[in-house]
Amino acid sequence: MSPITILLVFIVSFLAGMEGILDEWEFHQPLVACTLIGIVTGHPTEGIMLGGSLQMIALGWANIGAAVAPDAALASVASAILMALALNGNQDPTNAISTSIALAIPLSVAGLFLTMLCRTIAIPMVHAMDAAAERADFRAIEVWQVLAICLQGIRIAIPATALCFIPVDAVTAVLSAMPAWLSGGMQVGGGMVAAVGYAMVINMMATKETWPFFALGFVLAALSGLTLIALGVIGLSLALIYLGLKELATQNGGAAGSGDPLGDILDDYE
Amino acid sequence: MAEETSDKTTEKDPKRITLSKGDRRAVCLRHQYLQGSWNYERMQNGGWCYAMIPAIKKLYSTKEDRAAALKRHLEFYNTHPYVSAPVIGVTLALEEERANGEPIDDAAIQGVKVGMMGPLAGVGDPVFWFTIRPILGALGASLALAGSIVGPLLFFVAWNIIRIAFLWYTQEFGYRVGTEITKDLSGGMLGRITEGASILGMFIIGALVERWVSISFTPIVSTVKQSEGAFIDWSKITGDAAGIKSALTQYSSLGVNGLDEYKVTTLQQNLDSLIPGLAALGLTLLCCHLLKKKVSPIAIILALFGVGIIGRFFKFM
Repeated sequence: MSPITILLVFIVSFLAGMEGILDEWEFHQPLVACTLIGIVTGHPTEGIMLGGSLQMIALGWANIGAAVAPDAALASVASAILMALALNGNQDPTNAISTSIALAIPLSVAGLFLTMLCRTIAIPMVHAMDAAAERADFRAIEVWQVLAICLQGIRIAIPATALCFIPVDAVTAVLSAMPAWLSGGMQVGGGMVAAVGYAMVINMMATKETWPFFALGFVLAALSGLTLIALGVIGLSLALIYLGLKELATQNGGAAGSGDPLGDILDDYE
Repeated sequence: MAEETSDKTTEKDPKRITLSKGDRRAVCLRHQYLQGSWNYERMQNGGWCYAMIPAIKKLYSTKEDRAAALKRHLEFYNTHPYVSAPVIGVTLALEEERANGEPIDDAAIQGVKVGMMGPLAGVGDPVFWFTIRPILGALGASLALAGSIVGPLLFFVAWNIIRIAFLWYTQEFGYRVGTEITKDLSGGMLGRITEGASILGMFIIGALVERWVSISFTPIVSTVKQSEGAFIDWSKITGDAAGIKSALTQYSSLGVNGLDEYKVTTLQQNLDSLIPGLAALGLTLLCCHLLKKKVSPIAIILALFGVGIIGRFFKFM
């Protein structure tokens, strides 16, 4: 890779690392990170496709409180770089993408440990902020905050830049030596892992009340004529209808006690 | 209400000190870096203090007051990074009162922060991380899978418009309403938002499980020799245009099964004829169960890759 490409990779991965903790602009989401790496390495289309595949897997990955999910930032950036190396070596795009997806998973674990390390290093940093607060030193607090953010950026930028120096030959040699059952098996596995992310979301939101809506979404999705936007509209409408009816039921529950909100509405019209 | 930006300095004007819109905007911009110094000791405290600095500078002039304010805002704090905006809005209102001599002590300010962060995180997580982001992400990803730049752009632009609008308007709301907001919090509004988001989220996840979790079992369940006339007898089809026409006519009436003399049914076709995506549903529910049993998601993901590789090696997937 050329020096300019490497510099751009450094910048993109720095942004992804920052966002991995800030969670604001979403530069660390696969859809954005893989696309940007794809663009700077000259493989935009493949980058977008890899980003789409990884995004489907990482949909449910979220940091809740002190618990940390697999790290999307390192997974997206590093797998996109490896994909770019494979493509530079004239590997088949489909194969390069599916192998990168499989590689993204161990990378997301590595990223997880790095972010835990950064969150520990941040403890003495906030102690330095305490000392600065004692002196009413605004500048020092700001500097420490910026340094802490940069630390998170470096967390991804250094491994990503290091990957750029892997010779293309080495990547292609490994990929060519891979037997068909291994690469095919990783493709099969990649089709299934999305279930884990969805399961994380389900466990967060499932209640007796919401399961029927899951079932509705599941069976309606089998109708291939419905686009995702159409499904979103149906889901939103169902949610609004449900909340509206529930409110009516609780309002009338005390007075009428009929337990039949629709009947109560009809009664009101008489 | 606090537009008089001309109130230049704090020490000269003995009357009311107020935070201008510019001050509030500066706080809002800095609030985006809330999680930057996230640490295992006091979590978002550093980012919170960093965000409060423009307000502290404006409201307090003596070194002692400033140091006290900085220390008070380095206390433990942790919530969802977006719904933290109304909390900082309320805190700005409280600090403004305090700077104007109201008897608001440190415990009251910390109490409001801690009291709001819990219930609000309970709304922010399901609404942003488990409803809006999966929906926008899935929408963008489904476009991106075809290699279209519209996918990532749509996700990025839509997400950030929603986020920035939310950060600014809820902070302003918190600032205007002040501590009154806690009454709204205890009311049913937040509960309804959470519930509505959960319903929408579960619905969409149900759809995503059907569409995007792919499992395919390739073993052949049955191979049936079809009766005469249920398949195209290719030996009777001639190679000219009339032959092609005849083949297509038969195909349109017989369907895919008419192409071969033997009807091959794979296990997957059997499962799909019950409910399409049944295997995907089973897998997802298994994952839910395992996660509840505290199995690490990483372990499950690695195991699934293992299953995929074994499945392909023994040719049953």
